Amino acid sequence: MAILEIKNLNLSLNGSLILSNVNISFSEGYIHAIVGPNGAGKTTLGYVIMGIEGFRNFDGDILFKGESIKNLNVTERARKGITLAWQEPARFEGLTVEKFIMSSARVKNPGIVREVLIKVGMEPEEYVNRAVDETLSGGERKKIELASILAMKPSLVILDEPDSGIDISSIENIFEAIKFLKSNGTTIILITHSLAVLRHAEQAFLLCNGCVLREGSVNEIIKYFGKKCLPCVHKNKPEEPEDFDLRTDEVKIK
Amino acid sequence: MVNKNKKEDGQAMVIKNDELYSIARIANIDFALRDPNTARLIINKDRVIEAKTVEGLTVNSEGIKDGVKISIFLAPETKVENPVHLCFGVTHKKAIQRIVLDIEIGKNSQIVIFSHCVFPNAIDVKHIMDANIRIGKGAKYSYLERHVHSEEGGITVIPKSRIALKEGARLKTEFELLSGRVGKIDMDYETVSEKNSVMEMTAKIDGKGKDVIKIREVGNLVGEGSRGVLTSRVAVRDKASAEIYNKLVATAPYVRGHVDCKEIIQGDAVASAIPIVEVANPKARITHEASIGSVDAKQLQTLMSRGLTEEEATALIIEGLLG
Ligand SMILES: Nc1ncnc2c1ncn2[C@@H]1O[C@H](COP(=O)(O)OP(=O)(O)OP(=O)(O)O)[C@@H](O)[C@H]1O
Ligand SMILES: [Mg+2]
Repeated sequence: MAILEIKNLNLSLNGSLILSNVNISFSEGYIHAIVGPNGAGKTTLGYVIMGIEGFRNFDGDILFKGESIKNLNVTERARKGITLAWQEPARFEGLTVEKFIMSSARVKNPGIVREVLIKVGMEPEEYVNRAVDETLSGGERKKIELASILAMKPSLVILDEPDSGIDISSIENIFEAIKFLKSNGTTIILITHSLAVLRHAEQAFLLCNGCVLREGSVNEIIKYFGKKCLPCVHKNKPEEPEDFDLRTDEVKIK
Repeated sequence: MVNKNKKEDGQAMVIKNDELYSIARIANIDFALRDPNTARLIINKDRVIEAKTVEGLTVNSEGIKDGVKISIFLAPETKVENPVHLCFGVTHKKAIQRIVLDIEIGKNSQIVIFSHCVFPNAIDVKHIMDANIRIGKGAKYSYLERHVHSEEGGITVIPKSRIALKEGARLKTEFELLSGRVGKIDMDYETVSEKNSVMEMTAKIDGKGKDVIKIREVGNLVGEGSRGVLTSRVAVRDKASAEIYNKLVATAPYVRGHVDCKEIIQGDAVASAIPIVEVANPKARITHEASIGSVDAKQLQTLMSRGLTEEEATALIIEGLLG
């Protein structure tokens, strides 16, 4: 069953078309991935799903569990169980990690902050009283944001480049957290450039120049991307998608 | 417990202790009253109701019209272990309180003073403070103001401080309103910093209703290698207004300074920030940043995407900023 359906979505920002006739159906309980070159519109699509201010005015519709959420604001969508982890998390002067995570927690039991910090591989004692500001590294803020999402227990989460800024030794914690979310029934949309992250997905969409170019299994998308996108000289200006035989020879990179 | 007031009969003493304990409780310093190693001076309007000092610290007070004149002297080479609590209370609804404060911190000494301003019932209370502070060579002095006001906003607070830092001295001031309404505050702090001294002044204020906030902080960094940071964090909503004037002047080589002012406005509130940096030496460097605006959109949307309403998210962001 589809938990989220994007129907004939067109979005313009400052006069230019950023998302063009996007139709995607995300099945409930799966890990989905959205891939595509820089500027393809991945983050924008995440914002549109979340209902971020400035990304609410579009043509088409978005259905969550069969109902349109087009007219709902961010809070209302979040209360339906949708959330977003930002490509670059916000900084909050003076707001402690503890308060930040607690504010997201659906059930505010006292142990929750510790529990979720451990899940993302962070030592609670070291972090709870620190502020979620620039004194934390970018990677630390990414992990804290993921921890806050674990505490929220969403039905659907968009993770925008969950591995960016994360060191090799911590990447497994991120994957563990993603698996944990899935095991609790959360549907996950991973926005990523990384093969390592992509391999955790079960289904993938390839976005280019605001259009869904291809949809399929992760392997299909990897092959297509290697064969067609890597050598492509006009990034974000795709030629008409042509039939592509996935069974043909291995990927050649120019 | 030392009591400097006139002799009173048993009945009166009980009442006075009630007065003392109720002020101490509001200021959250009842613990200090029980500790023989914690110096304190507690005033209600124009009367000293409790005074206790520790070795090396001399505190004298005398009555003046509508208030008290206090002089504090910390002997050189003295480290006061526990923070000292000065408590300026006005339990009356209407009153004027004038405090003249003269503080001298001896060479290489260290002291932390908490200054509690407690006006819990104020409908029309004016608190005027005039402070003259000299921090000796190598001494460390912290003056941390904690205000507890009434919810009516009928308070005018006019603190003025002139602070001189000798070579290598360190100054830290903080102004925080813990509860109640600001009312009107017109703060005027000015420092003169000698060689290699360090000055940090921070004000965090949350204004609402018709509150009027005026902050004037000026740091004169006249000594070689002296450093100073002026930080203001102000949130105003409803019809409140805030005017922040921060000035750092550098006239010696290797001076470093920074002015950092952040104001969040909501509703019909009005805020202005005037950061002035004046550098008269090519080897000195002063930076400044000032921002006035509504709550940062990304912070807001992040918290809203976890299910907080816009109001809840704004309150949490401001709490962090002023906390
Ligand atoms: N407010 C805006 N006004 C105009 N153009 C915008 C606006 N926001 C984004 N864009 C443009 O929309 C396009 C898609 O941006 P988006 O951030 O969604 O890309 P992305 O696929 O996430 O890229 P990356 O991989 O670099 O994160 C880009 O060309 C970007 O410049
Ligand atoms: Mg992006």
